[in-house]
Amino acid sequence: MAMPLESPISFTNVGRIRWWQRGIFASQTGYVLLALLVLLIAMHFASPYFFTQGNMQNVAKNFSFIAIATLGITFVIITGGIDLSVGSMMCFSAMITSMVMSGLSTPGMPGAFLFVHLAADGKTVVANVPGLILLVSILAGLVVALIGGLVNGFCIAVLGLSPFVTTLGMLSIVRGLGYVVSNGRGSFPGGPDADYFYALTSGDLFGVPAPFIYLLILAAVMAIVLHHTSFGRHVFALGGNEKAAELTGIPVIRVKIKVYVICALAAGLQGIIVSGWLGSAPANMATSYELNVIAAAVIGGANLAGGVGGPLGAIVGCVLLEVIRNGLVLAQVSSYWQQALVGVIIILAVLVDRIRSRIT
Amino acid sequence: METAGAAGQPVLELTGIGKEFGAIRALHGVDMQVFPGEVVGLMGDNGAGKSTLVKIIAGNFRPTHGEIRFDGNTVHFYRPIDARAVGIEVVYQDLALADNLTAAANVFLGRELKRKFGPFAFLDHNAMAVRALELFGELRSETRPYDLVKQMSGGQRQAVAIARTRLSNAKLVMMDEPTAAISVRQVEQVLGLIHRLKEQGVAVMLISHRMPDVFAVCDRVVVMRRGEKRADKSIRDTSPEEVTALITGAKEAA
Repeated sequence: MAMPLESPISFTNVGRIRWWQRGIFASQTGYVLLALLVLLIAMHFASPYFFTQGNMQNVAKNFSFIAIATLGITFVIITGGIDLSVGSMMCFSAMITSMVMSGLSTPGMPGAFLFVHLAADGKTVVANVPGLILLVSILAGLVVALIGGLVNGFCIAVLGLSPFVTTLGMLSIVRGLGYVVSNGRGSFPGGPDADYFYALTSGDLFGVPAPFIYLLILAAVMAIVLHHTSFGRHVFALGGNEKAAELTGIPVIRVKIKVYVICALAAGLQGIIVSGWLGSAPANMATSYELNVIAAAVIGGANLAGGVGGPLGAIVGCVLLEVIRNGLVLAQVSSYWQQALVGVIIILAVLVDRIRSRIT
Repeated sequence: METAGAAGQPVLELTGIGKEFGAIRALHGVDMQVFPGEVVGLMGDNGAGKSTLVKIIAGNFRPTHGEIRFDGNTVHFYRPIDARAVGIEVVYQDLALADNLTAAANVFLGRELKRKFGPFAFLDHNAMAVRALELFGELRSETRPYDLVKQMSGGQRQAVAIARTRLSNAKLVMMDEPTAAISVRQVEQVLGLIHRLKEQGVAVMLISHRMPDVFAVCDRVVVMRRGEKRADKSIRDTSPEEVTALITGAKEAA
């Protein structure tokens, strides 16, 4: 061959991609973030109450109530899947957590003697080890979510069922089980550890709502996992080209099961936190929340076709939804308009991204 | 050019390979040997059984009949990863690239370089980019490791797919139509790479429709027709005309 192979390569024909054409600047997340900033400024001029500390705390708390689940479903969406069972899973986990907590705190219930005893007055219930009931009940809630996620993952990755149909079934199954175990009644976190529970879920730290702190920690962990571990790389590869992922030896089945488990666990945790804020876990809690969660992820730039998405986008999507809701309330617009507007924004966000990718 | 390892042990030895898909007989009684440092052209018309044969060697399908010996040992591949473990690399025709990832990420897909921090292992982006750039340099491909594959030209994508096979110490590299969709200059580069593989004692199997490419780099040509091997000749003892006749069936066997 005439071609010398050892000389160093030059990039005479291949230009460097400009900074505004790559990374966040070229992503839907970037555009939506920009839109959000504009909206925040507009809100500031529209209502003097918007940037008050109380309102900001409210906004931060409210969007945190769907944002953790949105982080979870973003994993699934990046692989090109979908999980419709998020809302039901939130409810079921919350329910199990509060039922276990009440159960273990009631002397006479099976197993309760390990955790509580009656004080000398014969009425007050005292925990043997403070905080243990809380820990066990939260773990119980997460374990049922884990099982739900494993079943989803098994059906989709091993049996090859469609994610849409599998998780649609799971939506119904989990909601049904919720009604079965509670007999249709709500359950309330009770007992000596309930105060800890409320402090952890609806309390705040230096004025910052606790759910918001969890959200930030989980988002940071997610960013590291997605971009700096081989699992994260495989999640993106799966969404980009599943056949290629398989041919290059990526453990496709294991990665798929993991993303559905992560999604279910995030939903379970989210449900437990929401129930702390509500003060109960009603059987119809978080009904149709899966749609809000998916909408937030999609607005934030996760691509339902797979391969694109991230924690920043998930959070930006949730914030945008909440700011619009909050803004409509402050502007005294009927709250019924909110839902219609959310729909318009979903379509707009995807449309803008489509136009952008046509142009460049 | 003398067939490099003709006296030695074949790296790949197929005996009586056959494959049926239900009632369809895709392959029948294929015997074949490939020696280290040898470039074998596998030719045949569409439906002749080339792809099936490649997929059997690559571990995508299991043969219905016959035996595969690799490096002197009988091997059974259940998944492509098994074939890769013994030293068989494949460049697929559709390249098996994930468009949403960077060039370096694609090269290292499934075998990422990692750095340990206590119990956690994180991707070593820098080391992967450096190694990928080295490989692209060897291929004379102007490809930046951090560019996304979806923004690349056909030749760059080909380079990424070929660079993958250079990561491990492959003993046999199979290329499925590597020169079908790229420019003249890039064809030259790919053929140059095949020569480099050969110099390093790697056996190459080139599946191609392009007669000039096969005659430019191959030591030996194997012609398939209707699921059977019809010819297995040194490139010096044949001509493009004869090979064409064998492919079309104008000449039954040689």
